Parts: sequence; C-alpha cells; structure tokens
Amino acid sequence: MSSLEDIVEVLLLQNYNTRLVVISTSLLGVASGLVGAFLLLRKRSLMGDALSHATLPGVAIAFAVMVAWGGTGKALPGLLLGATLSGIAGILTMLVIRNTTRLRDDVAMGFVLSVFFGVGIASLQMVQNLPGASAAGLESFIYGKTASMVKSDFLIIASVAAISSLVSIVLVKEFLLLCFDDAYAAAQGWPTLFLDIALLGLVTAVTVIGLQSVGLILVIAFLITPPTAARFWTHRLQPMLVLSAVIGGVSGWLGASISALTPQLPAGAVIVLVAASLFLISMLFAPTRGLFPRFLRQGHLRRKVDRQHFLRAAYELLEEQAGEKEVRNVSFPEATLRDRRTWTPHRFKRILKIARQEDHLEETPAGRLRLSEPGFGEAARVTRNHRLWETYLIEYADIAPSHVDRDADMVEHILGAELVRELERRLDETKISVPVPPSPHPIAGKPEATP
Amino acid sequence: MNWTSFDTWIVVVGALCAVACALPGCFLVLRKMSMMGDAISHAVLPGLAIAFLITGSRASIPMFLGAAIAGVLTALFTQWIARFGNVDRGAAMGIVFTTLFAIGLILIRQAADHVDLDPGCVLYGAIELTPLDTVGQTGIPLAALVNGGVLVANLLIILLLFKEFRMGAFDPALADTLGFSSQFLHYLLMTMVAITTVAAFESVGSIIVIAMLIVPPATALLLTRKLSWMLIIASATAVLSALLGHVAALTVPTWFGFESTTTSGMIAFAAGVLFTLAWLFSPTEGIAVKYWRSREEITLESSDKYPAE
Repeated sequence: MSSLEDIVEVLLLQNYNTRLVVISTSLLGVASGLVGAFLLLRKRSLMGDALSHATLPGVAIAFAVMVAWGGTGKALPGLLLGATLSGIAGILTMLVIRNTTRLRDDVAMGFVLSVFFGVGIASLQMVQNLPGASAAGLESFIYGKTASMVKSDFLIIASVAAISSLVSIVLVKEFLLLCFDDAYAAAQGWPTLFLDIALLGLVTAVTVIGLQSVGLILVIAFLITPPTAARFWTHRLQPMLVLSAVIGGVSGWLGASISALTPQLPAGAVIVLVAASLFLISMLFAPTRGLFPRFLRQGHLRRKVDRQHFLRAAYELLEEQAGEKEVRNVSFPEATLRDRRTWTPHRFKRILKIARQEDHLEETPAGRLRLSEPGFGEAARVTRNHRLWETYLIEYADIAPSHVDRDADMVEHILGAELVRELERRLDETKISVPVPPSPHPIAGKPEATP
Repeated sequence: MNWTSFDTWIVVVGALCAVACALPGCFLVLRKMSMMGDAISHAVLPGLAIAFLITGSRASIPMFLGAAIAGVLTALFTQWIARFGNVDRGAAMGIVFTTLFAIGLILIRQAADHVDLDPGCVLYGAIELTPLDTVGQTGIPLAALVNGGVLVANLLIILLLFKEFRMGAFDPALADTLGFSSQFLHYLLMTMVAITTVAAFESVGSIIVIAMLIVPPATALLLTRKLSWMLIIASATAVLSALLGHVAALTVPTWFGFESTTTSGMIAFAAGVLFTLAWLFSPTEGIAVKYWRSREEITLESSDKYPAE
C-alpha cells in the first residue's frame, strides 16, 4: 500500500514522470468530454467505437511504411498520422454507406468497425514478421500504455487535446445548432456539411491521441461516459458541456493517479472505471434527472394525490350526511368512506396512517373516523378547488358534466394558489361566493346518483 | 499456395461459425442493434476472467457459462440504463461494454502469471490452430462440432419462432398485442448472440463474430426485401466470406512479400469486399446500377422528345 505522502505527491503532480502522464490524461479527458457531448446530443455516441477500431489498419500500415524508409517504425507522430488517415477513411465509408443505401447508421458503423478492424488485425500480423524491425508493442494501441510516455509524446497529446478543446469552445454555438436541428441550421445558411466534418475531425483527433494513452477500446468510454453522466445534472447545454469536460478531466486525473500508485493496475482500465463510477453516482443521485431524486419526487406526488382524494371523499361524505343544512364536521364509519373510491384495504390503511401523521384525523373509537379541525379546513379547500376546476372545464372547455370529474381529477392536484385565484376571477361570482360551491354534477358513489 | 486437409477444416469451421452468426445477425440489423455484437464480444471478458479465477483452469464449460452470463448481463444493463436513466441506447451500450471490458482487463492482470488468458488471444482467436484439436479418432476438429452445434441450435430456434421473430423485428407493438412478448424475443435474441459469440471465441476469435453478425445481413439487405431470402443470402455470403477469407489470408500477403496472415481478419475483409460488390451492383439498390439506369432514362426521354420522322 502506498503511504499518504506518495498519494499526495502523485495527486499534486510533484513527481516528474507521473506529472506528464497525469496532465496529458486529464487534458485528454477534458477534450473528449467536450467533443463527446456533441456526439451524444447528435445520438452518435458509438461513432467513437467505430472510429477507434478503424484506426488500427493505419497504425499497422504506417509502421510498415516507416520501416521501409529505414526507421524503427515506432515514431509516435508517424503512427498517429496513419491512424488519423485510416480513421478518416472509416468515417467517409460510414457517411457514404448511410447516404447511398437504405442501411441505417448502426449498420454503417458496425460495417466500418468490423471490416476495418479485421484488416487492421490482418495487417498487424503481417508487419510483425517484417525483417529487421520489432513490432512488439504495437498491440499497446489496443489496450493503451499510459505509464510509458516521453516528453515528445506528451507534447503531441497535450497540444492536440488543448487545440481540440479550444476549437469546440469556439464553435460551440454552431455545433449545438447542428445537434439540435440540422435542417434548420441548413435552412439558415450554416455550412452544415462543413460543421459535421469539423465535428468528426475533432472526434478523430481525440480518438487518435486517446489510442496512445488508454487504448482503442477504452477511449470509447472517454467519449461516451462523461457527457452521459453530465446529462443527468442539468437540462441546459452550456452547464452540461462544462460538467462533461470536468467529469472527463477528473476521471483522467484520478485514474492516472491511482494507476501511478498501483502499477499493477492497467491505467486505461482504471480511468474507465473512475469515469463509470462518476456515471453511476450521477445516474442514481443527480438532483435534476437522477433515479433516486426522481423516485422521491414521484412518491411525494403520489402521497399528495392520495391525501387530496381522501380528504375530498371525506368532505363529500359529510356533505351528503348534512343534506340541505350546513356541512359540519362529525364522525362517520370507516367502511362508508372506503367504499367511495376504489381503494384496496391495504392502500386505504396506508392513507389513513399518513392522514393521522399529518394531523388530519382525530383519535376516534375503532371503525369510526373524524376529521380534525385543520383536516376539515383542508378538505373544504381541496373540494372547493376540485369544483372550481370542474366548473371552469364545463364553462370554458365544453366538457360534458358527466365526464368532468375524471378530467378535473387529473389536474387539480397541481393547482397552485395563483391558478385558483385566476379561476375565481374567471368564474361567475355567484357560483363561488359560498365557501364550497355545490358540485356541478351528481356525485358518483352517492346512492341516488347512480340509479 | 499449398492447400491441405487442414485448410479445408479451417474453411469448414469458419463457415459454420459465420453462418451461426449471420442468422441472429439478420434480426440484430433489422432491429437497429448492429453494435450489440461488438458490445457483447468485448463485455464477455470479465465473465471469462471470473470463471478462470474461480475454477483456476481453462476448462471449457465454466468459461462458457461465465461468458454467456456476462453477455446476457450486457444486454440487460444496457436496457436498464436506457430505460430508467432516459439515456440514448447507443450511449448506454458504450458505457456498459467499456466498463465491463475494463473490469475484465483488471481481473486478467490479477491473474497475470497465467499467460494463456491473454486478452489478445480472446479477441483474435486462432482459427488456424483449430484442426489440431480433434475429437477422439474421428479427425473432426472440436471447434467444428461446437460451432456446428450452435448453428443447428440457432437455425432451429429461428425456424420454430420464425413468425414471432419476424413480427418482433418489424412491429414489436403488434407482437405484444397478439401475445408474443417482444421483451421475451429481445432477450432470447440477446442470449443467442451471447452464446454464439462465446462459442466462437475459444475457436475462432471475436473479430469473425463481430463482422459476421453485421456484414452478411447488411449485404443481404441490399439484395432482397424478403426476410426469408435475407436469411438465405446472408448465410451464403457468410460461407463465401469464410472461403475467400482463408484463401486471401494465404495469398494476399505474398503479393507484398509477407508470409500468410490471420484468417479471422481476412474473413472480415472478404465479407467487406462482398458487401461492396452488392452495394455497387445490387439489381435494386446498387449505386452503379442506379447510375446506369438513370442515364438510360435520360437517353430514352430525349429520344421521346424528338420522335423520328
């Protein structure tokens, strides 16, 4: 286990070797976070997958060409140039297939991925037998080799990542327009084809430098995971882009640091796992679109609806018992209330429990219920809102009185105070001068209403 | 080129595996899930690694089970993330398979002493070595039996459930209303893909699987609009790719002064060539055919305009 000083030393980049690795991986994370966000919005996330596989033949061919010219064949700029060229060839093939056949995006991507990768594997196998050159290590492009990085490699990776980030920031407005409505963008006179190519060029650049540090399979994660995680936190674009870049950068920084501390772990895999953990946290807990906050909100709403249904049913029961006289808060049998709506016994018990917790019910002998003072007031208010909304629907939306109950039922729970005042203003004064207006239709559940 | 009985067996194994993949692949392509094969073939790595770490051997059955479970889990996780998280399906798939692959790499690194579990060997396979591993005295390679078995199983399932699969591929909602759960068909298809992928791993490597799941069905889709013909054409393309791929692996490298290369890579390449031919010359869809036809129409039109007197 590493000591605390080691951890601090790595995280704060005090060690020269790890500094290169950590900085370049973080920059790569920022760049791919930005570029990947556009890909995600364009629903082309797996483009990175196809593209990264398509770079492999280029690596092998560049190696062979460099060996033929008398080099060692492993100069990084040459290999990356080869990877870029075959990546571009892959993208062009994809676009041509999509535009000239009725095959869809996913088939075009799968075709390019498998055929290019097959050619790549075959040519890697061929060049490995080249006399006078050792191709050992070319496979590291598939799995990545973060730990071994020299200064010139660092400069290439860092500058490409920085330039890609800069370009995406400069073109952010154009790219967003392209992602959301490319037809509109074209109609407005934007060069959509050029923008599309620019975006794919950025993806290629990020993928190619990612090959060196995390490998061609895990760079896909760098393009997809940070933007998808960022999407859970916000509905707005600029914050999502910033967050995506931050998540990408943090994954790169933490992942590279962890793997520097524990050399037996492959760096690329650790980086991907850090990003995946951030994704999982975002998916579960992000306040805007996360799963738990969403379930909590839904549960809250369900409780509110249950409470309002219970109170209105109770008020209508009391109203019925009072007949022509003023409605008074008296006790009534539990079974009568339960039969007014289609509650299961279990659900009804839970609703009663919640009502007691909220002080809407008073202590009564078993089998009978009595609303408390605040409960009675709330019940009157809920019933009033329901009838206001019903009257409004009958008067203004031409809904038949026999159907209005259900329609009102769906909306009344989210009526705010302001909307209620608006309804009062709109509706005839006489109908609402009384605290709770009479129901505009016969109430179902009343014996005489359903002959 | 020096053709031996070894080469015949290699082509037979390759063809069996290719057809076994192409059949479920047709439905993947129709259901817009072509990338699932790629995802599953990467994501089975942790299943293999865990099975290896638990049993401590490369025994086939635990490895097979581990990989098949990992494959089905990939489909399941993708579905969950896409549905509960409201995430684009492609993105969900990408996250799931890269994460599982990363876990697999780390687990394998933990067992690094055991050289045979090299991720490279999982991804490329060694179809060239399959004729060496024969069953008893029969001389039939084990890989031929395994892939043949998977092919028969896939064929039977598709023939028995042809109507249901067809409906599930073209109109899942109709399948649901008629009482054939499209969810069930989806997971059945995913299980078929996972098992086919895994069966092919040990013998021929995943690159053939990924290519054969997509490319022959895509080729067939360019040539026909009937599902039954699509399955037949895809199978024929798959067999042809296996044959041409192996021949190419033996001959093409010699043109550049190399020795032979991997058959699996070249089978993928051969399938790509066949696709390109269909793309250019398909009677209904081919771009070259369309081009000639449009030129003919122009000349016809102009001769109509100026009738001979």
